[in-house]
Amino acid sequence: MALTRSRLILILLLAAALALPTLAEWAGEPFYIRLATRILVFALAAVSLDLILGFGGMVSFGHAAFVGIGGYVVGILFAHQADGSTLFGLPGTTNALVVWPLAMLVGGLAALPIGAISLRTTGVPFIMITLAFAQMLFYLMTGLKAYGGDDGIALWSRSTLPAGPNLADHTSFYYVTLALLLAALVLGWRLVNSRFGRVIRGAKDNERRMGALGFPVTRYKLAAFVLSGMLAGLAGALLANATLFIGPQYLHWSRSGDLIVMVVLGGMGTLIGPVLGAAALLLLEEFVPEVMDLAHAGLGEHWKIVLGPVLLLLVLFARKGLWGLLAGSRAS
Amino acid sequence: MDTLLLVEQGLNGLQLGVMLFLMAAGLTLVFGIMDLINLAHGSFYMVGAYLTAALVPVLGGFLPALAAAVLLTALLGLVVEAVALRTLYRRDHLDQVLATFGLILFFNELVKILFGPVPIFLNPPAALAGTVDLWGLKYPAFRLAILGVGIAVAAFLWLLITRTRVGMLIRAGATNREMVMALGVDVRLLFGLVFALGCGLAGLAGAMAGPVLAVQVGMGEQVLILTFVVIVIGGIGSIRGALAGALLVGIVDTVGRALLPAGFRLVLDAASANAAGAAAASMAIYVLMALVLAVRPRGLFPAG
Repeated sequence: MALTRSRLILILLLAAALALPTLAEWAGEPFYIRLATRILVFALAAVSLDLILGFGGMVSFGHAAFVGIGGYVVGILFAHQADGSTLFGLPGTTNALVVWPLAMLVGGLAALPIGAISLRTTGVPFIMITLAFAQMLFYLMTGLKAYGGDDGIALWSRSTLPAGPNLADHTSFYYVTLALLLAALVLGWRLVNSRFGRVIRGAKDNERRMGALGFPVTRYKLAAFVLSGMLAGLAGALLANATLFIGPQYLHWSRSGDLIVMVVLGGMGTLIGPVLGAAALLLLEEFVPEVMDLAHAGLGEHWKIVLGPVLLLLVLFARKGLWGLLAGSRAS
Repeated sequence: MDTLLLVEQGLNGLQLGVMLFLMAAGLTLVFGIMDLINLAHGSFYMVGAYLTAALVPVLGGFLPALAAAVLLTALLGLVVEAVALRTLYRRDHLDQVLATFGLILFFNELVKILFGPVPIFLNPPAALAGTVDLWGLKYPAFRLAILGVGIAVAAFLWLLITRTRVGMLIRAGATNREMVMALGVDVRLLFGLVFALGCGLAGLAGAMAGPVLAVQVGMGEQVLILTFVVIVIGGIGSIRGALAGALLVGIVDTVGRALLPAGFRLVLDAASANAAGAAAASMAIYVLMALVLAVRPRGLFPAG
């Protein structure tokens, strides 16, 4: 294991992530722990998208749907727990060991039919049909008055673990989220380098050739799509916990756009890229308005007028993303 | 359910359909000829509406304002094409999605800065403010005018595309882009013209939607997503498909909005029925799209 530039950067990033809560407390800015938690959650969602987008060449424009589904699993079970009612004869719960795996399961179950239908198409129709399914869910949740409709569900406490860290504590929740993200990255690493991952990547380059080699390519792609939906569901469960809220906004199509931005900004077809992209976008969202407000009071709320052209320039000139810039040409 | 209401909803559906056709025609041509997926198409719709609203007091009437707004939107399209999009034609669709997503953010914020976040209300021209009596049905004259303009533009496009030299190049470009380039056609000019035409049509749709809906930031994305549904249902790159898809989506959406809440009221109480019906109606066109693509993955009228 030679200490290459990319390994060095990874070690530094990990050290920074581990030290962050301590540093934030020490600097007297515990707010940054919650910002960092949100970054980790979106990083997980972006990584899940990159598994199909970057590695599999499937441009899903509806990934926010699976994130939203995961969030709603947490929110709906919380609501039933709160008023003591039952869902299909079962009581609500806030037990993370029940709710989070369930969020993954429901995310995967939703991804199965959506993927099965969407994968009949490729190219632009694929982009649009994934968007269409996300819109369906968006309107479904908007109309579902029993679970808040437009207003969504406000949670007044996080999921609970029967033993171990207390998730209500921001620092503990941060470390749990970090651990889950790292687990997802390790899983993703093993997956893309496995036989399965090679088939998926091969299909991105030349689907017909992989088919001719005898691989049932669509089935492989569907499996990747479902897995991605499960990880996105987990990210959604964490998101509902991080923000103590879940609503149709989280399924809005612009959220899917944000996730694509994170993946491409960071460097698609890499695992660490989406993490960097999530961090970059959320940090920009946090600090560019402040800087703009300094220049002219009230200007900050229009920060997207800066983000838009930045995206355009990024697409035109920086094609390998942040990770490509950081790790140099040998990035993988 | 009485017939009069059904006729009215049918007309509303047709009117939404021709509006969507104005949007879809430009989007599908740009895609068919330049292989560019332009998410910012809805921004030109919004720009058309805002320009009309801004120009009415300056030019003193709805019609001159509309004409100027359509021209200016087409010009803006030319500029955006030359500055931002020209380099994207050879990129993959993901790059195009991302770059034009960036353009949406830019235009939305620009309009918000210039006109503020509050919706603007645009009055229809005085001559069309009333209603027309259609065999006992009182129907707003302005909506009929939209229907008329939509049909006229569709006829104009049909003539342009099937009967003129430019139209021939457009058809050739949509079928085989490389061949047209190889034959020495000034592709850059053709692309610019098609893009400006598409933007002008989007601006026209926006200007005419102004008095029916409120002129507001975000109006572009609402119609954009519907438009994409239309062209994907119709078959990307096909004008005929765009027309069929637009009418289908317009009618399914409008009639669904009218009938589904009533249907739910048979089994639910009024408040939940309205909410459930509205949600189901919003989902209807996406269900339609999923069904069409599940049966015909390339749309109803695949191009090329």
